[in-house]
Amino acid sequence: MKNKVIYLFLLCIVFTSCKQKGEYAAIPSKKIPEVVDYNFDVRPILSDKCFACHGPDVNKRAEDLRLDTPEGAFKALKDRKNEFAIVPNNLEKSVLYQKITAKDSTELMPPLDSNLKLSSYEIQILKKWIEQGAAYEPHWAFVAVDKPELPKLKNADWVNNEIDYFVLQKLQDVGLAPNPMADKERLLKRVSLDITGLPPTPEMQKKFIQNDAADAYEKVVDELLASDHYGEKMASHWLDVARYADSHGFQNDQLRTMWSWRDWVIHAFNENYSYEKFVTYQLAGDLVPQKNMETILATGFNRNHKINQEAGIIEEEFRVENVTDRTNTFGKAFLGLTLECAKCHDHKYDPISQKDYFSTFAFFDRMPPRQNKGEILAEAPIITITDELVQKELPFINKKEEEDVDVMVIEERPDVRTTHILNRGVYDDVGEEVTAQTPASVLAYDDSAYERNRLGLTKWLFDAKNPLTSRVFVNRMWQEIFGAGIVRSSGDFGMQGDLPTNVHLLNWLSADFMENGWDMKRMIKKIVMSATYKQSSVISKDKLAVDPENKYLSRMSRLRFNAEMVRDHALATSGLLNPEIGGRSVKVYQPDGLWEAASSGRGVLANYVQDHGSNLYKRGIYIFIKRTTLPPVQLTFDAATRDQCEVQRQSTMTPLQALITLNDPTILESARVFSENLMQEETTVAEKIEKAFGTIVCRTIKPEEKEMLLGYYNEQESAFMKETEQAEAFINVGEFPASKDRDVVKVAALMQIIHTIYNLEETIVKS
Amino acid sequence: MEKEIFEHHLNTNRRHFLGKMALGFGGVALGSLLMPDLLSGKQAVEEQLPLGLKHFAAKAKRIILLVQNGAPSQLESFDYKPKLNDMFGQDLPPSVRGDQKLTGMTAGQESFPLVGSKFGFKQYGNSGTWVSDLFPNIAKITDDICVIKSMHTDAINHDPALTFMQTGAQVGNRPSMGSWFSYGLGSENKNLPAYCVLLSKGKGNGQGVYSKLWSNGFLDSSHQGVQLSASEDPILYLNNPDGMDRKTRRTMLDHLASLNQLGYDEFGDPEIPAKIKQYEMAFRMQTAVPEITDVSKEPDHIKKMYGPDCMVPGTYAANCLLARKLSESGVRFVQLYHQGWDQHSNLVGEMQGQAKDVDMASAALITDLKQRGLLDETLVIWSGEFGRTNYCQGKLTKDNYGRDHHPRCFSIFVAGGGVKSGISYGKTDELGYNITENPVHIHDLHATIMHLMGLDHEKLTYKHLGRRFRLTDVHGHVVNDILA
Repeated sequence: MKNKVIYLFLLCIVFTSCKQKGEYAAIPSKKIPEVVDYNFDVRPILSDKCFACHGPDVNKRAEDLRLDTPEGAFKALKDRKNEFAIVPNNLEKSVLYQKITAKDSTELMPPLDSNLKLSSYEIQILKKWIEQGAAYEPHWAFVAVDKPELPKLKNADWVNNEIDYFVLQKLQDVGLAPNPMADKERLLKRVSLDITGLPPTPEMQKKFIQNDAADAYEKVVDELLASDHYGEKMASHWLDVARYADSHGFQNDQLRTMWSWRDWVIHAFNENYSYEKFVTYQLAGDLVPQKNMETILATGFNRNHKINQEAGIIEEEFRVENVTDRTNTFGKAFLGLTLECAKCHDHKYDPISQKDYFSTFAFFDRMPPRQNKGEILAEAPIITITDELVQKELPFINKKEEEDVDVMVIEERPDVRTTHILNRGVYDDVGEEVTAQTPASVLAYDDSAYERNRLGLTKWLFDAKNPLTSRVFVNRMWQEIFGAGIVRSSGDFGMQGDLPTNVHLLNWLSADFMENGWDMKRMIKKIVMSATYKQSSVISKDKLAVDPENKYLSRMSRLRFNAEMVRDHALATSGLLNPEIGGRSVKVYQPDGLWEAASSGRGVLANYVQDHGSNLYKRGIYIFIKRTTLPPVQLTFDAATRDQCEVQRQSTMTPLQALITLNDPTILESARVFSENLMQEETTVAEKIEKAFGTIVCRTIKPEEKEMLLGYYNEQESAFMKETEQAEAFINVGEFPASKDRDVVKVAALMQIIHTIYNLEETIVKS
Repeated sequence: MEKEIFEHHLNTNRRHFLGKMALGFGGVALGSLLMPDLLSGKQAVEEQLPLGLKHFAAKAKRIILLVQNGAPSQLESFDYKPKLNDMFGQDLPPSVRGDQKLTGMTAGQESFPLVGSKFGFKQYGNSGTWVSDLFPNIAKITDDICVIKSMHTDAINHDPALTFMQTGAQVGNRPSMGSWFSYGLGSENKNLPAYCVLLSKGKGNGQGVYSKLWSNGFLDSSHQGVQLSASEDPILYLNNPDGMDRKTRRTMLDHLASLNQLGYDEFGDPEIPAKIKQYEMAFRMQTAVPEITDVSKEPDHIKKMYGPDCMVPGTYAANCLLARKLSESGVRFVQLYHQGWDQHSNLVGEMQGQAKDVDMASAALITDLKQRGLLDETLVIWSGEFGRTNYCQGKLTKDNYGRDHHPRCFSIFVAGGGVKSGISYGKTDELGYNITENPVHIHDLHATIMHLMGLDHEKLTYKHLGRRFRLTDVHGHVVNDILA
């Protein structure tokens, strides 16, 4: 019976609130539109169900028929002069329509063995499209950004800035009204986490709540953007993109010391480098005219990939693997394209040929040959970070150790080799020679404007006519704040990617970002100043039914903290946080034996040697990442594996997460230290609970919550009074020194209350 | 024809449903830990699930994968090549090697002297299966297993080869086999993860093991393999902190639920009740998992069968016994890794130790399952990631030698779960270098395993970044010859 209840529960969830991801983002109900739009209605169907055999990949094309171009679709069928796949305005003569509605399974398209099928809705769309003239249009994301006019709205009282015009128009279209503004406390928590990754301090909370001035919120936003913790928050996403880690990966998984590159990333964000400068340094810092140690350090971006140091590898195989990684990262991180699909064959869905792939690959191929010297910390080319270098040129590096560290960087060797297509993507199956070139379907490579090297590549990337660069990054800034991009598939803007939920909004933001010099802080401020952002996150039953995924933004989404935030929040609110920016990676509490059980036993990372003192309390982005044995808490909270470039994390909920917040010593120690600190204050228990709750949940405790927790405290106090040994054991957690003369029973009882507060659902949610 | 279309649609529905399950809703993933057993055939499930979820009959319900991490030599285990002993010290004929690329460890070698097994071989059972003297206990169960001597792979280095074996691709963040099964079949036991991983280490040359091998890849994280350890916390952070007993924990969770309910009243967010349930599940796991992992209550005859090591936590033997208990409790996919099989040198010494670690317990596991009537529905797979060369790496002496990596052939065995027993499948040439009969590629093995579990490897797909991914990529054929 119990099982049945669970199944029922699941089914309710599935059938009431799931809309298939990515389908018809612009249409809430599946009503056939008056005028069928190629990009938004038709192409997703053709791409998903037809292009695999009738699309851009010439080698896999069946019956010489391609449906991704009008020329292909309108020409006479192979061996049949007077028959055509599509005849505009003529359904009866369109063989495509006959095929997709065939009753005979041998005639039916897509064929049964493809495991694909068209729904009746999809058939109706294709039917109407043909009837209306079967007009093709270029893929929306491959057309240069055209800044749209602000929509004219009947009632624009709600609007705060340009973002809201587009959002409100969409809401009016679908008949939803925006939520009221969030209360000030929750808004502050939200914006503080979104900009710095840390909760607001009680002082900030107090100041903001008491400030009734019209610009109080803007002042807070500016203050947060000016904080050095902003750079850390921005870096946490960028480290995923850059597949940053502290070990090389592969079997012996030796130590590497790339952390000064991470220090640079934080510095660049805090200095508010334009996105153009930020990316140019990373892709081509060795080629820029103003080349210096800083720009060279930045090129470490393309050395963050894994390196196989196994004895006996075939060096060319893994050199190609590394260039492949750089090429794929370039595609995903900056263009939002699945370039890697074109490594072994022409792309099945997007107009990217295998030749395009290896032409892009050529930019990253001109590196010195690799010499596998076994398990070394850094493979050439490298720069060595010395104290002198830090003092003179790289003052943002937080270097403490006596020892100098090596950082792997990029060096151009234009004549080192020619690049060839590798047939089937296999490293030793060498085909036609290619020159450095980008996919023309995105933007033709203008030789008069850009050099044929990585510097030229960045100029191509930041050409205002490049349709992807701005859209892709604006979308990700949006994603990191709203939990999902305007294009949900933030790593795929191609034909198979999700359509934007609000294409005009995305286009406007992308144009605005470019027009204002790719200014990241400005864009983030624009987003968090919008009325859209400031909405409360209450979900009415109606909104849950109409828009469960919150595509139209009639509310703010409630979002669980990411892995770093879960940790940082506990440390910050308890007072344990070591706010030091940058420095080498730290080894925090971790269950015994994890590295040892999985290690080959070789190298300095065979055994986990935990840090002590203030290093235990640094922020989550500084936690040491050993690729083959990832930090367990981070992993359980969906941190990226750093195996390859990732632009989007999952957000799941599992019982293993509950076990962590219940039993992980970091959270328990935070509760213990917070309790000790409060016990030293001359306040009543009720006031202590109020303060703990306010600090941790970042809002005033409700009377019923206070009553419940106070009652719970009293129960706990009398229970621990009877069993002081239990109390003693309970508070004996973590290495942070115990407070002097602590009252064991009281500290334990309050710690239990605080620990409960740390486990509240709302605590680790931006609501 | 109409019927075919109809059935095809049913399958599509099923995939659609699973796709939604994996997506979760608004980010909530109930996943393998709270997913109904989609294929149990139990009335309750069938009544509730949409049409099309019923799949073709599965032979196996659960899998235990015994990964011999590092690649044990086929020539000292199952692939008997007396000719190599005859040709001791002679060079590998170039015609046999063909265009095979060698690893950097032997590519520079001046000669490739052939070397046969230092250990004797005999035929066992009604099946007459050849087994080396290193595996006396496996030799006793040859009539219960199917040895495949014609496995081959694309990779020649450990990490890519293991990754290939586990995920169907050498690189890239693909889901591992266990994650696919968790995604495709759900969990049989709501208090245990659908996919558990156990590690052990031998004294032989080891190559490490990597958490990406049990990664969920782009599938929902809830399909990730959960590593059980030999420590006091078999699952990380399972135990309550010191000073907190179960009753105190219960009280805390009750308060927590009441407070969270207040949050739900305010926000109406369905993730809040889901979170309350996750805490309850965590609480249940706190008792369910230690009950499973405690092997001390096993009867003496069982302990004896697995050998004395089975009472030493963290050994291969203990993990085999634990694997039986987990599998018996409905864990869909249990995966063991035993490190130390990389015998580039001192093969004679190291392989004896490695074989001693695994021989008795591997055989005991199969016998134990059989005695409980579980072998028919449990598929056991014993395999490394590639084979080893028929020639010596490094210095060849009369008493000792080493073998380099060899992707062209290797031997594994499978048992139970709908596989023919008492057969040897596939053949290699007399020098044990090339396959001469019935090659089985890793993709074919995957397709076959999926088939045995009732899944069509071409149909269990997941759409990620615009492409529908499969465990078998675009390859793989079911090896019908070994199906019972």
